[in-house]
Amino acid sequence: MTALRRLDVTEIGDVTVVRFRDRKIVEDINIQELGSEMFQLVEVDHRDKLLLNFSNVDFLSSAALGKLITLDRKMKAHGGTLKLTNIRPEIYEVFAITKLNRLFDIKDDEADALAAF
Amino acid sequence: MLTMSEQQSLWRCDRVISSDAAACRQVLNDVVEQLEARHWVQRDVFSIHLAIEEALSNAIQHGNHFDTAKHIRVSCCLYPHRVRIEIADEGGGFNPEALPDPTCDEQVHQPTGRGVMLMKAFMSRVEYNAAGNCVVLEKERAQAE
Repeated sequence: MTALRRLDVTEIGDVTVVRFRDRKIVEDINIQELGSEMFQLVEVDHRDKLLLNFSNVDFLSSAALGKLITLDRKMKAHGGTLKLTNIRPEIYEVFAITKLNRLFDIKDDEADALAAF
Repeated sequence: MLTMSEQQSLWRCDRVISSDAAACRQVLNDVVEQLEARHWVQRDVFSIHLAIEEALSNAIQHGNHFDTAKHIRVSCCLYPHRVRIEIADEGGGFNPEALPDPTCDEQVHQPTGRGVMLMKAFMSRVEYNAAGNCVVLEKERAQAE
């Protein structure tokens, strides 16, 4: 696996837990890089249980949502499972307004999410 | 009740910036800094940040088509209980009413097309001019808890 600049990746059991290094996911160039790194986990490293932990994220734009939607599509195409957790209330509201809370499996905390795989 | 034109603005900025992310970031940071300095609640700051982010992104991408020779005009007026931001690009504009609903079954899997909806959801008022290349965003200040 090549070095990642936007993500911190750890393994807990058979689940790959991904944390974001950026508190604000807004810059287009960073979002492109973030997308590439997430897609690499699925398409190159073949991680099939992916948990995205947003505890470090204060803000994200709709462009970042787009990368998550594409990641979800890639995960499903590879037969994998994607879950999201630790999303702060304002960002959860973004998911709820756009009804992406129905597309993604979102858990309150990491322990709940890990138990649900 | 005083109209906005009758109210004294606490802070105002009028800038013409190039269509690049760094220039937009500076304006955005300045607005957020002003709101935080005046202790606007976190949800309001988040909402205004999100709306400006989406509007500037649309101006760069869909309005000026990433042409850094084209400009974006940003005006912001901060009042005691309201903020008003106007963002105009040099593009031909669009009809916001013609945008598909990004939450419908056909669109929810699309990676784009949520910016205008988010602006409307998080701001008190979002209005485009007739050409569709200038948007006015307004947010009423929430009462502190």
